[in-house]
Amino acid sequence: MPARQRVKIVSERRTRVQPVKLKFDFPSDLAQTRAVQQQIMQAVHDHGYADDAIFGIKLSLEEALVNAVKHGNKLDPKKSVHVRAEVGAQQVEITIEDEGPGFDRSKVPDPTADENLTKCSGRGLLLMEAYMTEVEYSNKGRRLRLLKKKN
Amino acid sequence: MSEPIPPISVVSHKNIQIVEFTNNKILDEANIEDIRKTLDSLIDEAERPSLLLDFVTVDHLSSAALGMLINTNNRVKSKNGQLRLANIKPQIMEVFVITKLNKLFKILPTREEALGSFL
Repeated sequence: MPARQRVKIVSERRTRVQPVKLKFDFPSDLAQTRAVQQQIMQAVHDHGYADDAIFGIKLSLEEALVNAVKHGNKLDPKKSVHVRAEVGAQQVEITIEDEGPGFDRSKVPDPTADENLTKCSGRGLLLMEAYMTEVEYSNKGRRLRLLKKKN
Repeated sequence: MSEPIPPISVVSHKNIQIVEFTNNKILDEANIEDIRKTLDSLIDEAERPSLLLDFVTVDHLSSAALGMLINTNNRVKSKNGQLRLANIKPQIMEVFVITKLNKLFKILPTREEALGSFL
């Protein structure tokens, strides 16, 4: 069985990719969020996450970045967005912070209520909370922590 | 300069407009706005719009894309028209289920079934 063992060793080494830490600080411009997303998602791919996890992380990151730039900083180019990501073998942790006025999560209307179903906005938070293992709001709603565990 | 690629392609089947999306990701704000405008003009042109959105190409969408689809639904309804969605991949279908928009939209598994569902 030595050949088989060798294959196993290779595959173990492949999953033991070193954790990646990424840091981005950029002005409130939606175009700038593309590169941030690409680099974080590349690290997630490299760490062998399943398709469904990748789909959820990508969607949540998109929603969080758009929220920070548009709703937090209100597209003010003098305000920045700060992103920290740590991508490891077991979990992905991303913190997104804006310089806006903050918001109260409990005051955001439920988009799944019958009377809100035909409204065109307000589903980003719901999606992040559905796809992530943990979503945490702090600093009066300016800072958002997304955590996705592999298992 | 080359012409920009249209964000959707449209083919007509009897009085039904069948729409496919050019990009597999409906995420980018500018792209979503382009799609919205193109769909709006399709709806404006028809007396009673019959619109089938075929999601066969779509792998990703954001809440902004859902907003655009709801806008389309509202506009079609306001003209007593009909909107159908078809060929939605399982991962995208989950987004509709989480947001309960599967209750708002008429979603059919295939294009054929969607075509057959118009009244």
